[in-house]
Amino acid sequence: MQYLVSVIDDKSNPGSTDRRPAISAFNERLIAEGYWVFAGGLADTDAATVIDNRGEQAVFSDGPFVESKEYLAGVWVWEAPDLDVALKLAAEASKVCDRKIEVRPFQ
Amino acid sequence: MSDVEEAVTRVHHEEWARVVAALTRRFGDLDIAEEAAAEAFAAAVQRWPADGIPPSPGAWLTTTANRKAIDRIRRENKRDDKQKEAQMVYGDDPPEPVGAIDDDRLRLIFTCCHPALAMQTRVALTLRMVAGLTVPEIARAFLAQETAMGQRITRAKAKIKAARIPYRVPAAQDLPARVCGVLAVLYLVFNEGYLATGPDTDPVRHDLTAEAIRLTRLIRALMPADGEVAGLLALMLLTDARRAARVSAGGELVTLDEQDRGTWDAALIAEGHRLVRERLAAAAAGVAPGRYQILAAISAVHTCARDIRDTDWSQVVALYDQLVRIDPSPVIALNRAIAVAEIDGPQVALAAVGRLEDKLAGYHAYHATRADLLRRLGRSQQSRAAYDQAIELAGNTAETAYLTRRRDQLR
Repeated sequence: MQYLVSVIDDKSNPGSTDRRPAISAFNERLIAEGYWVFAGGLADTDAATVIDNRGEQAVFSDGPFVESKEYLAGVWVWEAPDLDVALKLAAEASKVCDRKIEVRPFQ
Repeated sequence: MSDVEEAVTRVHHEEWARVVAALTRRFGDLDIAEEAAAEAFAAAVQRWPADGIPPSPGAWLTTTANRKAIDRIRRENKRDDKQKEAQMVYGDDPPEPVGAIDDDRLRLIFTCCHPALAMQTRVALTLRMVAGLTVPEIARAFLAQETAMGQRITRAKAKIKAARIPYRVPAAQDLPARVCGVLAVLYLVFNEGYLATGPDTDPVRHDLTAEAIRLTRLIRALMPADGEVAGLLALMLLTDARRAARVSAGGELVTLDEQDRGTWDAALIAEGHRLVRERLAAAAAGVAPGRYQILAAISAVHTCARDIRDTDWSQVVALYDQLVRIDPSPVIALNRAIAVAEIDGPQVALAAVGRLEDKLAGYHAYHATRADLLRRLGRSQQSRAAYDQAIELAGNTAETAYLTRRRDQLR
């Protein structure tokens, strides 16, 4: 079972910026234990562009699809046997990243 | 009620959870298990009057439900083959908790009370899947729309399936926290029964308190070594024992000091006291008691006293002190202050209650407690204002009636 694991940051109350080494160590463990599928940190939401090509012409808009205080700062994809395993890892991830984590299963 | 109807009701109580749990394990799907179990019971209602009650009703129901489930799966497999993919994870070799029986019902309970589900959802799902209440019954119990309640349960089952919430007893190191989550669900059901909210409900909903006690007894049977399970059962029994004295003939709440203690249920009290003694022995042996065990011990002190004046208040305060150390919630502090009033007087208690204002200003019991303390201090005007606020916030009809009388008696 694969889970999308989202790291959620808060613009008005951001998590600490010195988490990189701890995250790297956590990633090493995810790989060693067979949970790791993919991971990536994201650039600021200001760098996002939304494209809507459902009409006549593609429309580009500057910025994320939804403006909010809380935003997606990075993602993992994990392979885990069940939600309990994913939640346990996510609890660790939240500490490691100093941010909230959302766990959502793929279909 | 005819003999057959009575038998069906009894078997429903005894066997529903077992049938649902066994089917969930076999078919890996709560939906199929629930529907097949319901169909099997419907078949029993239809056939037992003519065919007679089978010698082993539980086995009859499980066999019938299995057949119904297989029929449904065959029907669905013709439509799509996704059934296998969506199977629940079933821990074949679950870590055996100390003293626990490996029972499918325990898996079912832990799945329904999973922390990834919202509290109200856990309550609804547990009442449906484990207790066997129907959706309309659960909706009525929580004054919700039937369709909304049905959707809540449907969404929960879908999440369990989509997110792969496993069907197993948690590992030993996770067990205390998960048991705590299960007990919170049962305590919520009990409290909603004991102090029912809503203008049109009975002040005490015996159906809910009875259901909560029945489920707690079941968990107690499945996890006899768990102290908090014993504690919660004792707490419920010692609370429910006072039910007959709790509401007057006029529909008014009767507080502990005014209750006719002769109407308390002696059998329930004896059973509750036995459980509390069992936990006291464990505590003496060095097992630190959890919050339900301490609350049960407080209830035991009250139910030991033949008269309110015989209450060992210093013991009550000592127990609250112990409770505050593990649960520093303002509601506990409020209850402690009520006991303190009996030892140190209403003035000291009022000061302690006053410190909770920030956190409890929206809680009716905070204002009711202040009103009572102010009344005892002869500060009628302030007391009246506090009663007004308590009445505005109280949701229980009997409690509102009691508070109103108390307010109107002020000089």
